[in-house]
Amino acid sequence: MANPTILDDDIGPELAVGRRPAADAPVVIDVRNVHKVFRIPEQRIDTLKERVTHPLSRLSYRELAALKDISFDVRQGEFFGIAGRNGSGKSTLLKIMASIYRQDAGRVRMAGRVAPFIELGVGFNPELTARENCVLNGVLMGLTLREARRRLEAVLDFAELGEFVDLKLKNYSSGMMVRLAFAVMVQADADIMLIDEVLAVGDAAFAQKCNDVFHARRAAGKTVVLVTHDMTTVQELCDRAMLVHDGELVYIGDTEQTAMEYYRLNFAPVRSEEDGKEAVATVNARLIEANLRDEAGQAIENVEEGVPILLDALFEAAREIDNPIFVVQVLNVDGLIVFGFTRTLDARLVPGLRVRLAGEIENRLVPGRYHIDCWIRHHRERGDLAVQGLRLRDFVVYGTGSRRGVVSLSNSVMPALEESPGR
Amino acid sequence: MSAPVPELRDVPGPSALGGGWRRSAELLYVIAVNDFKKTYFGTALGYLWSLARPLMLFGVLLAVFTQVFRVGSEVPHYPVLLLFNIVLFGFFQEATVMAVHSIVSQEAVVRKTQFPRLVIPLAVVLTAFFNLVLNLVVVFIFVLAFGVTPLWTWLLFPVILVLLVTITTAVSMIVASLYPRFRDVSIIWMVFSTVLFYATPVLYPVERVPQTLRDIIMLNPLAPLFILARKWIIDPGAPSPSAAAGSSLDLLAPIALFAATCLFAVWIFRREAPRIAEQL
Repeated sequence: MANPTILDDDIGPELAVGRRPAADAPVVIDVRNVHKVFRIPEQRIDTLKERVTHPLSRLSYRELAALKDISFDVRQGEFFGIAGRNGSGKSTLLKIMASIYRQDAGRVRMAGRVAPFIELGVGFNPELTARENCVLNGVLMGLTLREARRRLEAVLDFAELGEFVDLKLKNYSSGMMVRLAFAVMVQADADIMLIDEVLAVGDAAFAQKCNDVFHARRAAGKTVVLVTHDMTTVQELCDRAMLVHDGELVYIGDTEQTAMEYYRLNFAPVRSEEDGKEAVATVNARLIEANLRDEAGQAIENVEEGVPILLDALFEAAREIDNPIFVVQVLNVDGLIVFGFTRTLDARLVPGLRVRLAGEIENRLVPGRYHIDCWIRHHRERGDLAVQGLRLRDFVVYGTGSRRGVVSLSNSVMPALEESPGR
Repeated sequence: MSAPVPELRDVPGPSALGGGWRRSAELLYVIAVNDFKKTYFGTALGYLWSLARPLMLFGVLLAVFTQVFRVGSEVPHYPVLLLFNIVLFGFFQEATVMAVHSIVSQEAVVRKTQFPRLVIPLAVVLTAFFNLVLNLVVVFIFVLAFGVTPLWTWLLFPVILVLLVTITTAVSMIVASLYPRFRDVSIIWMVFSTVLFYATPVLYPVERVPQTLRDIIMLNPLAPLFILARKWIIDPGAPSPSAAAGSSLDLLAPIALFAATCLFAVWIFRREAPRIAEQL
């Protein structure tokens, strides 16, 4: 019964192959040329009084095109991702598919029962018991009353609430509430599930539970559309994805490529950062500027995975230092020192003298956020921690590779079949 | 591996009854029942609280109109008439005032699920209606206790209830759909419903109102309902709506207003429903 291609989640996205649904599966979501414009009043008229007292003043609107000519389709059994940053229009698209908003132009067609999950536990009423909320929420999610009642026991079992099922929701811990909400969602069991960043809530264990459920859904041939700005989720869960930016469809297809496009759009552009960035005074030296550069010598904000980091920092000595030592460290977002190195300048610094610290650093960092710190101190001050460190740069390594661990090292480890003596 | 694929169908988009009658009816039922449970089992005294309000009002008004103004002493069965009217009007007022904020207070549901918008004000009316039915049981005990003889016209009372629920629903739909866009509707409606309270023969018998004022009162679509309720339930000798209005022809005005309110309610709600989620 075990299917060898679906081992478990730990094998990483690159190896989890062979799960893509057949390309000839029937289309279950068909979106054609959808436009949506939000009219935002320049001067909001909130009261009837204003409307009545200024009946002739025309309302002026600022039109915000939330979606421009979006077309795509999703096939049965697909796990489809809609990626984009906040305000890109991705959630609006989902809400149109879920019949919460109405498109201004275009056509959206779906096959089968659709259940939207924009938020966990919508409509939960703190004054009611878990039992009552389950039925209420189930009906809200699109079940009939009969179905919701029939699934009640299964939902309560799944939520593992035990003896608390008849307790009013207001007495629940937030963890129990999330468990209950999630259980209802899982049991809603629609043909098409529209999910908006539900995964963002909860702890790691909860996220894992979500993932398990999504895998099970996919195995059952259900179609899932997931809206997210987390590229890791897209890469790990989705079969196919599209990227929405400023209401326009930028890319549709491969998940790796979608993630790459997303990173390019969001991190690659060079932004001027002169404004308000003051050099930090320290005991020994102050930082004039610190840049990362590309091969052409152009300053860049962030680094693509695998591409060497070109560091270029300029300091000004604040006091006399003989043979100063530069201690450079790269830390990740958890504060872990990924690596560090030490360089000595065989010279005597006097106040006002400038030192440039520049060169290439091999980049084996996994995608994520990092910063570079530097300490400058006397040769003799070894171990003296009173010297203040300088924060040189924050930067992001972007890319689609595995985020497991802290560095990715090349290797030639391969599995191979062995002749076994027993056969 | 999977079930046959259903046909592609256009998504309905948000609307007053999006998802069909059946889903709307079920949602209405679930929400109203839960609201009802919350009201009656949420507090230790439960139902007594919701009965306390009309009873208190009744006590105060009874004292004022029999002891101070002495209107009551000349009207047959005035105390029961007063209680009966207060309970009926209380239903109208409770439902419509609650309806004003109903859609905004259900914001999460409106913005995050596919939800037929009409269900929200309807649930408010339905909850108020449960309340009315319970209160009417108490009222009829009072009616009998005060020595009103049962009449065959009591059987016609459901007609009045249907009309009252209809106009209450219509007004609830109007205020509920306007409030997300015009936030002063809540204040306007508070004032206006108080005006309606005095413009409806609740406290006074209609025959004691001077003719000019009575012409105005008889424009109020609620007035004929209250006059009819009094005649059918409490005092067969009381004037009929047409007698109170002057002639049957004069009744056309409140009937037309009644119909216009209902049509306007349907029109405005259908117009606002698709975009309510965007305005919250």
